[in-house]
Amino acid sequence: MKRIIFVALLGFSGATLADGGMLQGSCATCHNTKGPAAQTLKTAFEKKGPDLFYAGNKYRQEWLVSWLQKPSRIRPAGMYYGGHIKAGAKGDEIDASTLTDHIALSKADATSVAAELMKMKPHDNLIAKEKIESGTVPKQMGEMAFNKFLGCMACHLIEPEYGGLSGPELYTAAKRLQPQYIASFIRSPQAWEPKSMMPNKNLSDMNIQKMVHYLETLSKEDANAN
Amino acid sequence: MPTKLVLLILLAAFSTQTQAKETPADNYKAYCTQCHGSEGTGKGVNVRDMTVVPRDHTDAKAMSGRSDETLFKAIKEGGPSIEKSILMPPWGATLSDEEIKDLVQHLRMLCKCKFG
Repeated sequence: MKRIIFVALLGFSGATLADGGMLQGSCATCHNTKGPAAQTLKTAFEKKGPDLFYAGNKYRQEWLVSWLQKPSRIRPAGMYYGGHIKAGAKGDEIDASTLTDHIALSKADATSVAAELMKMKPHDNLIAKEKIESGTVPKQMGEMAFNKFLGCMACHLIEPEYGGLSGPELYTAAKRLQPQYIASFIRSPQAWEPKSMMPNKNLSDMNIQKMVHYLETLSKEDANAN
Repeated sequence: MPTKLVLLILLAAFSTQTQAKETPADNYKAYCTQCHGSEGTGKGVNVRDMTVVPRDHTDAKAMSGRSDETLFKAIKEGGPSIEKSILMPPWGATLSDEEIKDLVQHLRMLCKCKFG
């Protein structure tokens, strides 16, 4: 009996090591898994993937599990666009040859890595400040905000083939991210990443709520399934 | 006297570290080129679907029509603050006033022009 328990414990500790091992091993070669966020542009320019040390405050666990098994590009021009552009006939264009694909994990690995990531929550204080009330924003109104009132489309794709390319796509944001994180990041990108390329547009509480609602509407559309 | 000197040196070293001011070239590369282009000609990677094209910073004629104060305001508070496009966002929470002043001088270097 004792032997069985010992073997079981050994198996368990091995699995735990594997999870932590993958995060601090292969994941950490491209992602910042320990913090703090980049404090200088030099460090920010070198980033190969988004910071993961606050993953538990940021991502939806079910999305992580599914995306890690079938990863697709979220940032059309890579983590820092400056390293992935070339001069084209009409101006700067993406140099796809410099972009690398994210590795795909098995279901078991994706599940355990996602569970480990969800434990990483150093910014609970920022999340606690956000209260998301339920609500909806008419599609037309949301589109107007993205295009004319707030200008989000300058840097983000707001539909699969429409918008800017330097930032992450917005039409899948609510599927990927926790609503309180979206609100907090819009309120102050620099509170999360001092050198973020996302500007603080000084949105009112009401507009932040509206943006969260509109992003939720967008990511539920069939055309934006990803 | 030597003690005061040491304190001064320490203070100087400390304040430099806390300020962490970026060079205007790096700030331009990080925040401006996505729309204004790697050459500053207004042809950044984001412009494809824009209804208003970003300013060509090498256009001496257009750039000399803007004072340093106007350029500073546009960078800090965004396009609408000088009655220009919403697509130009405010960078006041990203850059310090000093960094914005340096960026204005960087723009003057790109356009090889002065106001007026």
